[in-house]
Amino acid sequence: MAHPLAGAVPEAPDAVPEFPMPRAARCPFDPPPELKELQERGPLTKVRLWDGSEPWLVTRYAEQRALLGDPRVSADTDTPGYPTKASPGGGEGKLSFIMMDDPEHARLRRMVTAPFAIKKVEALRPTVQRIADDLIDELLAGPRPVDLVEAFALPIPSLVICELLGVPYADHDFFQDNTKTMVHRDATPEQRGAASREVAGYLSRLLSERLARPQGDLLSGIAGRITAGEIDHRQATEMALLLLIAGHETTANMIALGTLALLRNPGQLALLRDTGDPKLVASAVEELLRYLHITHLGRRRAVTEDIEIGGQVLRAGEGVIMVNEIANRDPAVFPDPDRLDLTRDARRHVAFGFGVHQCLGQPLARMELQVVYGTLYRRIPTLKLACAPEDVRFKHDAFIYGVHELPVSW
Amino acid sequence: MKVELEADKCVASGQCVVAAMEVFDQDDDGIAVLLAERPGAEHLDSVREAVAVCPAAAIRLVEK
Ligand code: HEM
Ligand code: SF4
Repeated sequence: MAHPLAGAVPEAPDAVPEFPMPRAARCPFDPPPELKELQERGPLTKVRLWDGSEPWLVTRYAEQRALLGDPRVSADTDTPGYPTKASPGGGEGKLSFIMMDDPEHARLRRMVTAPFAIKKVEALRPTVQRIADDLIDELLAGPRPVDLVEAFALPIPSLVICELLGVPYADHDFFQDNTKTMVHRDATPEQRGAASREVAGYLSRLLSERLARPQGDLLSGIAGRITAGEIDHRQATEMALLLLIAGHETTANMIALGTLALLRNPGQLALLRDTGDPKLVASAVEELLRYLHITHLGRRRAVTEDIEIGGQVLRAGEGVIMVNEIANRDPAVFPDPDRLDLTRDARRHVAFGFGVHQCLGQPLARMELQVVYGTLYRRIPTLKLACAPEDVRFKHDAFIYGVHELPVSW
Repeated sequence: MKVELEADKCVASGQCVVAAMEVFDQDDDGIAVLLAERPGAEHLDSVREAVAVCPAAAIRLVEK
């Protein structure tokens, strides 16, 4: 079957467009209009990055999934051609298996898959529900307006990952303060680096404690791998840090940005607020993942062997960028893609990526978001934005898209 | 209907379990296991969904 956009815009662009592109000021939930145009033109196109390099940009769903599942692309930032994300001021350290290829990627990933199995994650649901309810109790007892990012969206993933890793309750404040600084907009690169080293040092010490006295948590599991001689202490610390970082700002932004999207679509918000049906809540989570797509800088890979796809040949040594956000708006897969519709079947979205690197934490992220979306609007039915919509500041330049703060009242 | 699972490809995403709880489960490490190699026709749609969402191309529907 021909792609519904086939032949829509026959002309090729004259100049290689710069990536990333700006979103339209009035459509903070939609991908940049230029990206949509490129998608209409064809599945693959070259773009220019901040450093002058010209990797491929993959705009359509089918080609993105094919390439993300292709062993001839590498996620290792050292592979020649890898499209680097670092822009002026930003650094990009290596972070365990997310930046490795198989077989080493698979070996390390499999060491930490156990706690993310569906049934184990389900067993955590009451704990996450309690965390969410406690935070909402605090919100309701506190002053109005309040910044939902600071008071709710960030603490949720932070407390949940503490639970999973096995960070003692007494250290939660230290942990939360530092993880906040790691992602905070006003923090300088030095402050961020310092906070990140604090947390890494802390995780490393905790690993040593678990080496001596194992418990039932994920850190003990990782420590066990050191004992077994499968990884060293540094690799173990990096893995723990990856698990902490990967699920933090992502989940927080899904909570805050998702809430804003719902406040701007009151009919959809009402569906969630008035339902007791876990199926509808689960469907809403998938649709918001599809619709918002917060990892807007794209999955990045380097080609290691020539690949023929979408009428083009990608050469070994070239870079590829797959912006999942635009694949999630591909009309060939999601009819009327720019409409937020919590009742649609959005399960095939690629908000968690695709291929062997597909998000390891997705069962946990899904469950957290189900708890949050299923609880927050029900418990605070009059929740409203406490500033003018145009005053909300979006994280256009950040690695993870979202809002800097979300003043709310009720 | 016959389903095949290549467990060594599995990346423990859990997607098949969500899509077809009666057909797939996970072992202690999160790696997928088949509960039924020949599930009844009533599971055809959910198995198809599992095939479609598996990120590692580890599941195949070999016969309808
Ligand atoms: C809604 C929240 C989340 C979103 C949108 C998200 C998105 C993603 C995406 C797109 C990738 C693929 C990266 C790539 O292909 O280059 C990924 C990988 C990963 N995510 Fe998530 N994530 C979320 C939550 C979490 C949570 C809660 C955790 C863990 C606690 C987590 C842990 C990981 C890990 C470890 C990887 C690397 C997997 C690998 O390379 O094999 N994520 N995530
Ligand atoms: S969907 Fe695929 S990768 Fe995920 S658990 Fe099932 S078989 Fe494994």
